[in-house]
Amino acid sequence: MSAHAESEHFAGSNKLFISIWVWLLLLTGFEVFLGYIHLPVVYMLVILMGASIIKAALIVAYFMHLRFERLNLVLTIVPAVVICICLLLVFFPDSFRARHLRYQGPASETQR
Amino acid sequence: MATEAEAIANDWGGGVHPYRVGHRKLGMWLFIMSDSLTFSALLMGYAYLRASNAWPTPFKFYPSIVFSSVMTLVLLSSSLTMVMAVSASAKRQRSAARKWIIATALLGATFIVLHMIEWRHLIHEGLTPFALPSEWAEKWPGASPLFGATFFGITGMHMFHVFTGCLYLFIVAGRIKKLKHEDVEISGLYWHFVDLVWMFVFPMIYLLSVDASK
Repeated sequence: MSAHAESEHFAGSNKLFISIWVWLLLLTGFEVFLGYIHLPVVYMLVILMGASIIKAALIVAYFMHLRFERLNLVLTIVPAVVICICLLLVFFPDSFRARHLRYQGPASETQR
Repeated sequence: MATEAEAIANDWGGGVHPYRVGHRKLGMWLFIMSDSLTFSALLMGYAYLRASNAWPTPFKFYPSIVFSSVMTLVLLSSSLTMVMAVSASAKRQRSAARKWIIATALLGATFIVLHMIEWRHLIHEGLTPFALPSEWAEKWPGASPLFGATFFGITGMHMFHVFTGCLYLFIVAGRIKKLKHEDVEISGLYWHFVDLVWMFVFPMIYLLSVDASK
């Protein structure tokens, strides 16, 4: 973007944004495709979350413009959120424990 | 234009403008931080229930997956039109910015309509927040009846955000002559955040519950 005296500070060209949009669509297409090949649910979860985190990073960096903001702002916002979200994982051992406490039925019909 | 080295040096400059953004934009970022924790907590609660229970995987290719994929396309496209709006606003092309913002809000409204149709399909099948349709209960014995609670809770919360975003964008479009560029950018931040949340809701709720049988 040319640094016009008239225009506001705004980095990134329309071409860049369209290419980000295309990448987001491709990743979404890949995710939907993944839903229809039979993978174990753990692999599915890991690959889907990986793709979603990449998509989220693209949106935050380019669409939400964070890549072009001052590093101070990025360091204030991103690590705090990431750490808080990771802290929520503390509940999962209890979730796995609760699963084994359930009545599993006469046959081994446990599903994911 | 500052060089890369200068830009990095300035990043640590701080002083009276530590973030080089207006207070409103900083406020929106703080709101987005707290809202992302709200959605994380909802999605983690869903994952907790799902990992500790038998869980139905009921979404058929049509209507659920087709609808949700098209909704994803609509929402991603609305993010692109919002970027175009902010870009036009940065160049002081206010009427172009207004048209892009209205396009964004209309795409958001399309998302809501599609989602309502998708909800209606499931409600007609007999899904409620605390009970599964009887066919599902037979097909997935012992499955948790809380499927509906997580589904309607999370997608409903997201839809509420889209709805609020549409209102917000219509107001911004209407008042664009009086607003500063940064205000348009802030409305864009909110809208992209709503899009970002869907990038997690769509795979976790829909794609991990695809009914691949048949």
